Amino acid sequence: MNWPVLSVVTFLPLFGALLVMLLVRGNERLARGTARWIALWSTLVTFAISLVMVWRFDSGSAEFQFVEKADWLGIASYHMGVDGISLPFVILTTGLMPLCILASWTVIQTRVKEYMIAFLVLETLMVGTFAALDLVLFYLFFEGGLIPMFLIIGIWGGPRRVYASFKFFLYTLLGSVLMLLAIMAMYWEAGTTDIVALLRHGFPVGLQKWAWLAFFASFAVKMPMWPVHTWLPDAHVEAPTAGSVILAAILLKMGGYGFLRFSLPMFPAASHDFAPLIFTLSVVAIIYTSLVALMQEDVKKLIAYSSVAHMGFVTMGIFAATAQGVAGGIFQMISHGIVSGALFLCVGVVYDRMHTREIAAYGGLVNRMPLYAFVFMVFTLANVGLPGTSGFVGEFLSLIGTFRVNTAVAILATLGVIFSAAYALWLYRKMIFGNLKPSLEGIRDIGWRETVIFAPLVVLTILFGVAPKPVLDMSAASVAQLLENYNHAIRAAKAVESKDRLSFRGAREASEPGIQTQRYNVVLDSGSASSVRPGMTDATGGIVR
Amino acid sequence: MTQLPALHDLIPLLPELVLACGAMAMLMLGVTVGERSSAVVNGFCFIVLLLAGAALSSVPPGSHAMFGGGFLVDDYARFLKLLTLVGSGGALLLSLDYLTLENQQKFEYGALFLLSTLGMLMLISASDLIALYLGLELMSLPLYVIAASNRENVKSTEAGLKYFVLGALSSGMLLYGASLIYGFTGTVNFAGIAKATQSGAGVGLIFGLVFLFVGFCFKISAVPFHMWTPDVYEGAPTPVTAFFAAAPKVAGIAIFARATVVAFPGITHEWQQIVVFVSIASMALGSFAAIGQRNIKRLMAYSSIGHMGYALVGLAAGTAEGVQGVLVYMSIYVAMTLGTFAVILSMRRDGKLVENISDLSGLARTHPTMAFFLGVLLFSLAGIPPLAGFFAKFYVFLAAIKAGLFTLAVIGVLTSVIGAYYYLAIVKIMYFDEPVPGFQRMPALLRLVLGVCGLVNILFFAYPAPLLGAATVAAKSLF
Repeated sequence: MNWPVLSVVTFLPLFGALLVMLLVRGNERLARGTARWIALWSTLVTFAISLVMVWRFDSGSAEFQFVEKADWLGIASYHMGVDGISLPFVILTTGLMPLCILASWTVIQTRVKEYMIAFLVLETLMVGTFAALDLVLFYLFFEGGLIPMFLIIGIWGGPRRVYASFKFFLYTLLGSVLMLLAIMAMYWEAGTTDIVALLRHGFPVGLQKWAWLAFFASFAVKMPMWPVHTWLPDAHVEAPTAGSVILAAILLKMGGYGFLRFSLPMFPAASHDFAPLIFTLSVVAIIYTSLVALMQEDVKKLIAYSSVAHMGFVTMGIFAATAQGVAGGIFQMISHGIVSGALFLCVGVVYDRMHTREIAAYGGLVNRMPLYAFVFMVFTLANVGLPGTSGFVGEFLSLIGTFRVNTAVAILATLGVIFSAAYALWLYRKMIFGNLKPSLEGIRDIGWRETVIFAPLVVLTILFGVAPKPVLDMSAASVAQLLENYNHAIRAAKAVESKDRLSFRGAREASEPGIQTQRYNVVLDSGSASSVRPGMTDATGGIVR
Repeated sequence: MTQLPALHDLIPLLPELVLACGAMAMLMLGVTVGERSSAVVNGFCFIVLLLAGAALSSVPPGSHAMFGGGFLVDDYARFLKLLTLVGSGGALLLSLDYLTLENQQKFEYGALFLLSTLGMLMLISASDLIALYLGLELMSLPLYVIAASNRENVKSTEAGLKYFVLGALSSGMLLYGASLIYGFTGTVNFAGIAKATQSGAGVGLIFGLVFLFVGFCFKISAVPFHMWTPDVYEGAPTPVTAFFAAAPKVAGIAIFARATVVAFPGITHEWQQIVVFVSIASMALGSFAAIGQRNIKRLMAYSSIGHMGYALVGLAAGTAEGVQGVLVYMSIYVAMTLGTFAVILSMRRDGKLVENISDLSGLARTHPTMAFFLGVLLFSLAGIPPLAGFFAKFYVFLAAIKAGLFTLAVIGVLTSVIGAYYYLAIVKIMYFDEPVPGFQRMPALLRLVLGVCGLVNILFFAYPAPLLGAATVAAKSLF
């Protein structure tokens, strides 16, 4: 059977959006119901089909799978495919979407039709971002996501929604346009925007540095890394619950995914050189934003800052460029997608009932909402990184991975684990334990719809904490290949550098970047070409050295 | 002595002949039948434009030089002529309901439209300085008149007068530049000038080039010769503004690109500096000055200044890719502009057009479809993928990067972020703000234009090949 499963998964939600747009008519009540059901079914069917991909995915191979290719722009082609790095994100996206639709079921009462259209369009764009194998196509999906998210925050958001939506849009756009220019420069250098081809293309060091910085501008904002994280708390606080979930669980992951897919493999020398910068920013993010989180009075803001801190672990792990670090980074992103998404849903539950996000307004919820208290506890502990929850695995792996490369960074980052325990447990104690606030007397525990939303998340959080193997295995081959290519490139760069230093000192002073570039290129090419056949690796590596 | 061309030699000239004869026939019809016929005449004018389009497609492929090389019909001309006809036709469609509703039906309106369009087509094909001037003036003179077509309105008269005075000044400068160029090269023919400037140019010729550019920049309203734009856009009747924003810009950019690329390839470095400066200035002014605008027509004026800046980014590259980028940019720009003006023309409350941006408050609830399409157009104008406006910017910047114009490209994308702010501000007003009383029902023609333009912008990404292919072929014919 050879149907284009990936395109179906990508564009099915868009089709659902079209259905909502065309079919939803009639009186207000009926229209709302139809829009919700169409949206729910589109996302559910999409999720089901994406599970087919998991089932048919060959995790032993590092190659791209479910590849589809068609002519498109001339420069760029419609090239889609997933490997072990992108597939988990695709599944995360398709899996969370039905939950988001369910979470908005009763909360969103105004302009339901537009709301569902925005979410479905957003799903297409998010899945496309992870599945695109062409830079221009990737950019299209990556940036296109701004439009629906802008509308979601701006239309259905809180009191300061206009400010938050503009900040979100312009911040992200500013970072991304620079990346677009880098994409163009890469096109003229390599003659293609095909990601598979670009992964094998060795870019000259000069271009690598500029391109790396341009990509960094985009992904650092998206991630977000300190100090360009300030849009995130605003966007999170003002967005409706499901919007926050999507933001935290998926949109932030695009930054990490971008680092993994582009920065690290395409600009290895630059990644190596800039790693200290990333480490510094990550450690600052982990410690500083954790401290900031301690001082928050708004639940959503607290979780938003904790997201920034957790993303610090991800960037640190990725740029440590060790097997454990990268695997930890990926796992941390998936786990954070589930846990922080769930935490925002937890906030949504009490917000729907009390219409306030102030921590001080809550207290003693365990007396009235025992089931909620349990669910919230699971996610709080996962957020802290307690062993046995999925949060632990990611943090642990990325710390180990970093420890091998830079011990000081790992030690400082570990402080963040302690801080996260401080703010998360403090939050839990304030909200759940203590005396029941009089205003909370009549609060109801979570109902069947909310239980349906939380059940899979609780199960996954604990399952991945105890048995993380399925996720790690899925990406293992791709990560291994990524690192192999990376290490080759670094070795080759070093070899060129030392050779230059020894025999070409005079020539270097004359500074002829053209010659240097060319030589570097050749070596890089042989490095990446050989790494496709693992058997040859050592031999070539030796020769290069 | 040159002989009179045989009749079949005139076939490449067919679109122009159709327009010229059509315009005269319409005038005569109007004069004989009188004011009653105005609505019919203006409708007929649209048919004349369609006929001109058909005539254009009947021109045999390949390059045809006519009138001693002064008039050249090549792939480049064909592409841009078609685009100009689309722009004119779209603007005329937008006018028809407006003229009836505002009680402004005059048969001269359509005839002047046709004459101006004729000037544009001649301008696009011009391949020496004389033909260039001829086309330019034929394009501009009817524009001055229709800018002031609403005689009773002070603003409209002022707009027409302002446009005329400044336009005349710029034409004078252009003519002065042309005479300098002729003086220093001894020829008015573009190919001849190219030969004469093969090995560089003296100060005198550069002077001439600068004056020539002043004329071009005025016509496409590029900074620093943009001052007339906001006032004329605001003062002129709205469908006339739509016409100004679409068709003459296309013709202006077309001759700008043809003159620089064909006549001055030897001194690319010299003119490139000018184009880069003008481009940066236009992009920056377009995005900053638009932020404070309250009137949507003024906003569109600054927006069009900015867009000309982006189109010039492609020209600054001075390569075939760059020209291709310019062509793609202008095509998409026409679609975005006409669609936006279709909405502006439907902002009619109690029988009167309203022009404040705040009048769009809550449009998403009062007129969801209109708001959706305007939203699409605004995001497209801002250059957000996957809408067509993104591809427009993509191709010009792609060319700029190849040509090594990194500073220009970086400034360009940064201003596009600033520009995004004011487009978003309109989206915000439509989608986030509380509704004000709705507009009158949108006339069918406007709905047609808006729908077509909106769908072109949404669906361009799905099937971009025809436009890209045609633009590539057209750009190649210049090199």
